[in-house]
Amino acid sequence: MESDIRLMKGNEALAHAMIRYGADGYFGYPITPQSEVLETLEAEMPWESTGMVVLQAESEVAAVNMVYAGAGAGKAVCTSSSSPGMSLMQEGISFIAAAELPALLINCMRGGPGLGTIQPSQADYFQATKGGGHGDYRLITLAPSSVQEMCDFVALGWDLAFKYRTPAMILADGTVGQMMEKVILPEPRRRRTEEELREQCPWAVTGKKNRKRNIITSLELNAPAMEVINNNLQAKYKRIEENEVRCEALNTEDCEYLIVAFGSMARICEKAMELARKQGLNVGLLRPITLWPFPAKAIEQAARKAKGILVVELSAGQMIEDVKLAVNCQVDTRHYGRMGGMIPTPDEILGVLKEMFVK
Amino acid sequence: MKEEIIIAGFGGQGVLSMGKILAYSGLMEDKEVTWLPSYGPEQRGGTANVTVIISDERISSPILDTYDVAVVLNQQSLDKFESKVKPGGTLIYDSYGINRVPARTDIVVHRVDAMDATFEMQNAKAFNMLVLGALIKAKPMVAVESVIKGLKRTLPERHHNMLPMNEEALRKGMELIQL
Repeated sequence: MESDIRLMKGNEALAHAMIRYGADGYFGYPITPQSEVLETLEAEMPWESTGMVVLQAESEVAAVNMVYAGAGAGKAVCTSSSSPGMSLMQEGISFIAAAELPALLINCMRGGPGLGTIQPSQADYFQATKGGGHGDYRLITLAPSSVQEMCDFVALGWDLAFKYRTPAMILADGTVGQMMEKVILPEPRRRRTEEELREQCPWAVTGKKNRKRNIITSLELNAPAMEVINNNLQAKYKRIEENEVRCEALNTEDCEYLIVAFGSMARICEKAMELARKQGLNVGLLRPITLWPFPAKAIEQAARKAKGILVVELSAGQMIEDVKLAVNCQVDTRHYGRMGGMIPTPDEILGVLKEMFVK
Repeated sequence: MKEEIIIAGFGGQGVLSMGKILAYSGLMEDKEVTWLPSYGPEQRGGTANVTVIISDERISSPILDTYDVAVVLNQQSLDKFESKVKPGGTLIYDSYGINRVPARTDIVVHRVDAMDATFEMQNAKAFNMLVLGALIKAKPMVAVESVIKGLKRTLPERHHNMLPMNEEALRKGMELIQL
């Protein structure tokens, strides 16, 4: 068993998890702090073992459109980038969502706006969960807080993407990407055969033989027909909201103060919670794992007896809007955040919590 | 058991790989570990640091305010991290290039002359293993055997001919500290 437990960076775990999932293709363009994804794939050379395609595209725009094409053919395809690169991909992501195609997207966020810094940030929350591209679409958004979750969410993301024929995003940050931890890699799965693909993805463009032709497009110039397409998309998003919410709750039963944080920030807040509880403060932590669909019900429940909610993010305050909606503004909800690649420490968060609520 | 460690020095001194070997050693003993580098442009020449946590239990934050052990290998790192050692904690520093020695009296301070030892060994590459040896002597958080196993897992196989030299440096490092 020793060989299955490895120490690796979050970005490396992503790459290994893709190969072991039986991925068909990865298309990317290097950018710190996620360059190890492409580096690891190039070093592992899966095209020689599983036949997986790994390609460094000429730009992020090219990479996302290669994903669009691969997904249209029913393949398990992925791209990854960091904030500025992800912005370049938004048009393609809107097209993929509109054409109802499964794809895995990974954003290892860094400090912005603009080119910003290479240090960790969570300021792309709006972009990921509210639709960074145009139109009424949603991304299933998974927020890993450990290297193990970086690994596990590759399979989860692709499974959900294929289940609902919609793009899924792993919204990580520089800390989880660069940090090394123990990780248990899943059993390798072989890539799907062409026959399996045709059977499982009857909608895919696979070369028409004895069937109606499949058309992959996001264009529908007839407005009433386009409204029907939109209604169908919204019905699908409702099913996802009903069935795919995930979160982790620590000490939230009857907690007096609730911290809500995701990704690496949740780890730091967990330590702040431990310190607070040692000082006799009844603090709980709720960590949304799916940022969309958002665990609104779980937050509302966890906050029922709370005197205050502290939302901690590496941003000026983005997720806090969803937390306020979750509790219908009935609980005093405040935000603490650092920006531009700065990271608060556990003591700093505990200090803020005490100053804001405990006094 | 839980040890929260910061290792800091110049880029190129082997700070990050020393942390990696230490983390792997913890893994060999079935512990929970995290390794978090400062991955900014400072890696390429300026100061570099890495936080390593080895624990029997789930590790929450990989980012810390204070440390059980600080290993500092240049003056800037000493200035930055001396105050961040927990009372009763341990500070290990290499004397080379240090002009202001640690002043705290509520922590255990060990001076190692690892840089001088590399001159003796005529092998500058042994530096971080000498320091690592001193660290596990001062704070026996992992067994020497686990470090050697960890080293084997960290080094690519084409470099396995360097294992004996590294093991020698590790054991020599353990002699650099008088408890």
